[in-house]
Amino acid sequence: MKILVCISNVPDTTSKINFVESDTKFDTQGVQFIINPNDEFGLTRAIWLQQKQQAEVTVLTVGDVSCEPILRKCLAIGADKAIRVDAVPSDGFFVAKQIASVCEKESFDLIIAGRESIDHNGAMVPGLVAGMLDYEYITNCISLEVENNQATAAREIDGGKEIVTSGLPLVIGAQKGLVEESDLIIPNMRGIMQARKKPLEVIASTDAVASSKVTSFEKPAPKGAVKLVDAEDIDSLIDLLHNEAKVI
Amino acid sequence: MAVLVYTEAENGNFKKAAFEVASYGKALADQTGQKLIAVSFNQEDGSALGAYGVDQVVNVTGSFTESFSAKKFAAAIAQVASEKQANLIVLSSSADSKYLAPLLAVKLSAAYTSNVVELPSSTEPLTLKRSCYTSKAFSTVTSNQPINIIGLSSNAFGIIETQSSPEQSTISAEEATSSMTVSSLEKVTGTITIADADVVVSGGRGLKGPENWHLIEDLADVLGAATACSKPVSDMGWRPHGEHVGQTGKPVASNLYIAVGVSGAIQHLAGINSSKVKVVINIDPEAPFFKAADYGIVGDAFEVLPKLIEKLKAFKAA
Repeated sequence: MKILVCISNVPDTTSKINFVESDTKFDTQGVQFIINPNDEFGLTRAIWLQQKQQAEVTVLTVGDVSCEPILRKCLAIGADKAIRVDAVPSDGFFVAKQIASVCEKESFDLIIAGRESIDHNGAMVPGLVAGMLDYEYITNCISLEVENNQATAAREIDGGKEIVTSGLPLVIGAQKGLVEESDLIIPNMRGIMQARKKPLEVIASTDAVASSKVTSFEKPAPKGAVKLVDAEDIDSLIDLLHNEAKVI
Repeated sequence: MAVLVYTEAENGNFKKAAFEVASYGKALADQTGQKLIAVSFNQEDGSALGAYGVDQVVNVTGSFTESFSAKKFAAAIAQVASEKQANLIVLSSSADSKYLAPLLAVKLSAAYTSNVVELPSSTEPLTLKRSCYTSKAFSTVTSNQPINIIGLSSNAFGIIETQSSPEQSTISAEEATSSMTVSSLEKVTGTITIADADVVVSGGRGLKGPENWHLIEDLADVLGAATACSKPVSDMGWRPHGEHVGQTGKPVASNLYIAVGVSGAIQHLAGINSSKVKVVINIDPEAPFFKAADYGIVGDAFEVLPKLIEKLKAFKAA
């Protein structure tokens, strides 16, 4: 079984979000970049399939050389090899085209990507890849087993879950639940040393034109101060919610 | 050319999200001088959409429409969109709509913009404002494609009534082939989901244990609210994953969000930022949530909640 895990390089979840160059670019100063958490849940599940079912795990990212540390981290976690498509990930469509192009050259049984990145929140890359390749697709995936070229997966739906079976190749939109937070693998020294020797291939991007462009960013308007109500005066809270906020 | 909205239904009734996309679609149709067409599945009577300005309702029938399949539904919506020459397609932010949106985008060679929070500031080229960085920022996005799919952020536009008398028709769309089958569906019935809720009541570690969750549930009951929880609470297994709201959990965009015993870590706040009014109840006056909330009570949840539940019952009964 060959698995491709698509990785996005995103600001750490605790990062302060600021913009520079007249609010057209994300301010990377002082920001630590991490593996997109949804991608990392998917990577961990892939590593389990590698350990138990001898799957081969390739990780891929679309980005410049500054993304290589997170690819090395994926290798240290246990991925067998890494691919970096050398291009600016201008929008979800462009990124999906790059991934689909790699998959056309080298066929994978499973393609796993986070259901969304925590920076752009586009929630489209895995679905676009599935659509472009005409592969089956399950997103918001919270469990996944693969046996005899057949996958059984759970999809989180509004208010519950749905269990589906599907043939391969299959694209998965990963999220928490696929593995638990406590299952995430912290690379050990041996893994880090091995990662240095594992292949990290840099490939040129395929021709694709982004379908959209971000022209500017803005931050939400600053919030007013909280109105504190005395714990003994619940009536005032109800009154404020009813008459002022008009939400009850 | 037309505006097409996908109006989702459940158990024979249109979902609230359907009325919101229809309301947005109507405003968009007015803005662009086009007709508003709704597409539904296995929904015999589309007249309810006449309250939101829909001009035509196309109901897709066929055995496959009885249960949701992203691939099959996307193919059928693409067929309707092509027949009706729709250039703007509006979808909600429900789990199902977000699932099929990228598949539909590929079918129609359309650009897809998710988490859109308002009407386009320009339609030539289409320029949309969307939330990003898990609601910590907004971006303005310009599309260069002739066909566009807009994923509307839930509760961002609201429901606006406009009377119309929609012309109703049915089509039997071609069924896309898929090797995927749904083997079981587990769905909580009788409770409101976080996605559909106007009010969400959320509990954190301050509740001290799952045995105290009746307080959160009782408060949610009085308010007709969905229940949610913070990340540590779901990590410790006190509550199911589906209730975890925040950066790696579910986003919340309710009218009212009440957080009890939730300190307000930056990842949690990011997930609930789109909620309109936030109330925090926490014993610790230094809890970061107080900086993000509109109303707050510094107090012990075990003392405040029973009183709040009782007073709200009286208020609702009055």
